[in-house]
Amino acid sequence: MSKREIIDARALNIALNRLCCKLIENHGDFSNSILIGMQPRGVQVLERIEKLLESTYGVQGVRTGVLDITFYRDDFRRRPGHLQPNKTRIDHLVEDQKVVFIDDVLYTGRSIRAAMDAILSFGRPAKMELLTLIDRRFSRDLPIQPDYKGRQVDSIASQRVEVLWEEVDGRDAVLLTDPE
Amino acid sequence: MSELSVNHLLGIKHLNAEDIQLILDTATEFKEVINRPIKKVPTLRDITVANLFFENSTRTRLSFELAEKRLSADVVNFSAASSSVKKGETLVDTVNNILSMKVDMVVMRHPNPGAGEFLAQHVDASIVNAGDGAHEHPTQALLDAFSIREAVGTLAGTKVAIVGDIVHSRVALSNVLLLKKMGAEVMVCGPTTLVPKYMYTLGVKIEHNLQTAIEWCDVANMLRVQHERQDLKYFPSIAEYRAQYGLTMEHLDALEKPIVVMHPGPVNRGVEITSEVADSEHSIILDQVQNGVAVRMAVLYLLAEKRKLSKS
Repeated sequence: MSKREIIDARALNIALNRLCCKLIENHGDFSNSILIGMQPRGVQVLERIEKLLESTYGVQGVRTGVLDITFYRDDFRRRPGHLQPNKTRIDHLVEDQKVVFIDDVLYTGRSIRAAMDAILSFGRPAKMELLTLIDRRFSRDLPIQPDYKGRQVDSIASQRVEVLWEEVDGRDAVLLTDPE
Repeated sequence: MSELSVNHLLGIKHLNAEDIQLILDTATEFKEVINRPIKKVPTLRDITVANLFFENSTRTRLSFELAEKRLSADVVNFSAASSSVKKGETLVDTVNNILSMKVDMVVMRHPNPGAGEFLAQHVDASIVNAGDGAHEHPTQALLDAFSIREAVGTLAGTKVAIVGDIVHSRVALSNVLLLKKMGAEVMVCGPTTLVPKYMYTLGVKIEHNLQTAIEWCDVANMLRVQHERQDLKYFPSIAEYRAQYGLTMEHLDALEKPIVVMHPGPVNRGVEITSEVADSEHSIILDQVQNGVAVRMAVLYLLAEKRKLSKS
């Protein structure tokens, strides 16, 4: 199994800044918007974006939440092992709000399908958008595309794309893992 | 975390500490689900559950049915009073007839201890024991443990007194087994006639004085006096039982530290606890009922997960 770094810390930071700018263009002061981090790894992206919006772009008090989609997955009982649910925290009413799902890697699109299903349990958003740091293009199982993407990566199904964060993994980077 | 180590929930005695932890942790997430504006998730949409109740139940049956519906399972209900059991059909025949209609899971309450275990050996479905005679009531013990963890913060080291009719209580046995596995200290308290001798073998303290028990414990689980299971006189009168083992506000007010009061229901108000205690801030009786749905959702989810679909 070989691992190589395909995006370094500097490039990752540039991508995050660009994503923040695009969000500001579309959401203004975010008064009608809620950013939702997808459990588990989208939460890190959300935290970074929230911090950048505040410190670099002066956008204060953005409403956020985290969403776990375990109970909405379409592969329950179809894959080996156990699916452990994570915390969901949606403290704001999503009714008539613009919801932005935030995840680290967009691959088949199945998690996002589940997220669209899950968020409806909390109300009917005016709009749903998708922000992904890494878009593994040409690998979608469903007709789902991101509204905001940090970087595009071409990869095949047997490869793994993994985003590392300084807070949890010790450094910022994106790795591509090839099988044996 | 890994999957449950069992394919059925027949009793606490078959679970290990990791299983119990997994069920309680999963229930925490389901509790958040049932407090959403829309309380339903699609997880068990391809599962059919039969609720077989060969004995009366209101709370447990409703709780299971709600848990199943909140998970989007298809549900069929069956009660012995209106069934072919009255016409002489055996348990295995009854259940096999139901399973031939493609039922995946069976939730069963039965007056005979071990009925669930018998069924698990003879039919191809995941069995959940919803109470078998005076033997076990595992989901009640799990929801009690969940409620204790929520109220006190932890199970390990927490002192729990189980008070009342221990000998006829499946709730008592399942609670003792579960709490011991999770490292809690357990005391049973009641008149000598209602505390079975085998309790000594389970490593619990035995006490016959209510005052001593509530001074010792952090949590008092007050059990119902089960008049319907008592074939002989275990105590002289209800008035005497109330005087010796009925929990009152005077008891609670006189304690140095507040304790949590639980009751598995149905409550005989004015017998094992007074109305004031049942409705007081010490009582978590209604939390227990809400937690029951979340815990049963967790049990059904985790057992369903073990019934993998084959690709063929």
